[in-house]
Amino acid sequence: MSELIKNFTRELPDWKPRVRPVNLDEATEAQLDALKVTPSNTKVSDYVLTLAHDVESLKIRSPLFNAIMYDKGGLKRSERELGAIGASVLNRCIYCNAVHMNRHAQLEKDTSVTDSILADGENAKLSSRDQAIFNFSLKLSSCPPKVGKEDLIGLEEAGLNIEEILDLILSTALFGWANRLMHILGDPVKLENNDS
Amino acid sequence: MDALDTTTLRAAGLKGSLSAAAALQQRANILHLTQKAEAAVLRPKDFGAYNHELRHALAGRICNLNGDQITADQYSGNAGTYADLIDPGNDGGNYDLEQLVNFIDKVATRPSDVTEEDIKTLQKAGVQDPDIVRLSELNSFMAYQIRLIAGLRLFKEYES
Repeated sequence: MSELIKNFTRELPDWKPRVRPVNLDEATEAQLDALKVTPSNTKVSDYVLTLAHDVESLKIRSPLFNAIMYDKGGLKRSERELGAIGASVLNRCIYCNAVHMNRHAQLEKDTSVTDSILADGENAKLSSRDQAIFNFSLKLSSCPPKVGKEDLIGLEEAGLNIEEILDLILSTALFGWANRLMHILGDPVKLENNDS
Repeated sequence: MDALDTTTLRAAGLKGSLSAAAALQQRANILHLTQKAEAAVLRPKDFGAYNHELRHALAGRICNLNGDQITADQYSGNAGTYADLIDPGNDGGNYDLEQLVNFIDKVATRPSDVTEEDIKTLQKAGVQDPDIVRLSELNSFMAYQIRLIAGLRLFKEYES
């Protein structure tokens, strides 16, 4: 049985669903369409198969996710990842946090930011711009959200323009969504060795 | 449809805002997709065990749990016979939905505390796995929209 991961990590985990994913052999046409399953592409993750229980949401989610995280202009990629990390720390989504810490480290070719977050969590000490981004993400992710005008001013003073702030709001908000799927519907587990 | 004429911007009070307009226009595709995602969770064709009225009531409830009555009011008009569930003080008992409401509230307010036991409790109460996923999508989308609105309101606040 796969071992559950209980602490934040940058190592990519696997994900074990808490509900039964859609069985591809029993999938409806709408589900197969949403999953983009073709005879040459039948490899679908358990996570996506789980979300296939709600086809209409699944079909919108991927283009929306990609637009928020990857569209050109505005906030740079690694800083959108930092917004995702702040949300994932606050919501304690170990899976999302690992994936996006890993991506941040790859994009920055540096682990110092994520090392600090791994060591100190919400109290991590970062450079002034990263600190402003991380703190904003933590506050926006709270319930209720705890952001105010002073936080916007803080982001401006840290050097973010309005387009960048909008992208930070979007990437942080998006992980209020993603965390509540990943962390609620399944568990992060250690990747098993795959010799194939 | 005007991509900027969305529930999100109406609730943020930002339609026509000057300073944010260019940035919002640059991300109009995201706002348009957000509106489509809202339709997918609030008014899906395949709604499973939870009809559109109950979904609107739960959406309004989640807004209220996040202290956002303005957005709650945008959903309350379509909550029909479930309108009283918008009040977080209602435990769902009058609809025999206590466990469902309890799950919705916990995911909305304390997602970090949710465990496998919470899912098992729903399953034992007879909630089918596809409906657990549908409920989670609704709750998750609302978490996104409420935070997007809260962030966008800062632009409005900044202008005033």
